[in-house]
Amino acid sequence: MASEIDTGAAQRGPGTVLLLVATRKGAWLYRGDATRQHWRVDGPHFLGHIINHLVLDPRDGRTLLAAAKTGHLGPTVFRSTDLGRSWQEAARPPAFAPAPEGQGGRSVDHTFWLTPGHADQPGVWYAGTSPQGLFRSEDGGVSWAPFSPINDDPQYRKWMGTVQDGTPDGPKLHSIIVDPRDAEHLYFAMSGGGVHESGDGGRSFAPLLSGIEVVEGFDGSDPTFHDPHCVRLCPTNPDRLYQQNHCGIYRLDRPSDTWRRIGRAMPAEVGDIGFPMVVHPRDANAVWVFPMDGTSVWPRTSPGGKPAVYGTRDGGESWQRLDAGLPAEQAWWTVKRQAMTADSADPVGLYFGTTSGELWMSGDEGRQWTRIAAHLPEIYAVEVAMGVEGAS
Amino acid sequence: MKVLIPSALRSYTEQAYAEAGGDTLAAVLAELDRCYPGIRFRMIDEQNRIRPHIRFFIDGEQVFDLARRLDGVQELVIVQALSGG
Repeated sequence: MASEIDTGAAQRGPGTVLLLVATRKGAWLYRGDATRQHWRVDGPHFLGHIINHLVLDPRDGRTLLAAAKTGHLGPTVFRSTDLGRSWQEAARPPAFAPAPEGQGGRSVDHTFWLTPGHADQPGVWYAGTSPQGLFRSEDGGVSWAPFSPINDDPQYRKWMGTVQDGTPDGPKLHSIIVDPRDAEHLYFAMSGGGVHESGDGGRSFAPLLSGIEVVEGFDGSDPTFHDPHCVRLCPTNPDRLYQQNHCGIYRLDRPSDTWRRIGRAMPAEVGDIGFPMVVHPRDANAVWVFPMDGTSVWPRTSPGGKPAVYGTRDGGESWQRLDAGLPAEQAWWTVKRQAMTADSADPVGLYFGTTSGELWMSGDEGRQWTRIAAHLPEIYAVEVAMGVEGAS
Repeated sequence: MKVLIPSALRSYTEQAYAEAGGDTLAAVLAELDRCYPGIRFRMIDEQNRIRPHIRFFIDGEQVFDLARRLDGVQELVIVQALSGG
């Protein structure tokens, strides 16, 4: 099921880029050469399965985990230890603890987010689910267990709200972040329920909400009313976090615990609502977002039908529109929170997948965009890995 | 007894029919899971509830109780109820 796609005329080189595309109807792998202009498609994997996230373990460069379910079966996690050539199902997928007799317990509808653990903890993975739950595996994703007290903590359960309080396809726990300097220092976010931080390896968490706005008329001191869409930590400055929220774009520089709304500098006609957020691998001042229409009834489309990435080079003081090569009008798709990413090349390659099933990339940090693929199912997540052995 | 597996679950069994024994529906599903690891969780959630689109019929009668005894039952049919796109 592999075929070639050329998006440029450069000389073909060795395969070095692996794009992991998770969709509403299965997963696809795109293997690119060094020029990032020639792509070989491998898929579909799990045709008909809803794949919310497909992630490569950067610690071994060959283990893939796929968060899967179908419309009619319960959720599971599939694993590959040979870059997708073969798959095995997790022996014990994420599942909440059984409730005491007579009490209605929660069940995982789907695993939404996967994060590999710290570099010093090979085999450790974290998963976020819908409804919101936090899970951990210590054996490379074979078996999962509830992690930290938050899944059953009365206070956290109140902040999580009910299924009706979440996003249209269920409330999500996402943006699980491990501080590269300290495996015990963790963040996660909940839509809804706010951003939370642990300094003790997950034994306890506390909200990290100061400075974040909420919808008018609600109490900003209550995590229930906070809706972070995507939180990213800067690889070169782990004291800096960026956040795309339901109510704007923010930056946090630790040890401060107060977020600053940097989206105010976005053009007023575009606004600073969206889902994905991507940070530069080597420059903590460079970030990209994909704004969407969050006015009136929340159409969740590109504003005005004119899709564009916006980027900043000064930590959010100013933003530049980056739409060369993208449709100029009548394009009503948008990009979901896991569906935009950056590689580690120089210049950085940016990639995003759309709700209309198109896969786009820029090899020059957003200045020019090229479409890699079209007619895929709705794209839920795009991840990229560089220099993967055997990727070509 | 003979168990008819719906198409969505044949990635586990690689055949339309499986053989599994047990005194109750729960016991038969546990036996199926021993033979085909993971298949039960796709049908039954962690709170022991039958998932929304899964239906069980014993000798033609639909059952909703995992504790239901299966004395004399010849066939269990598992149906994946399609709904929506």
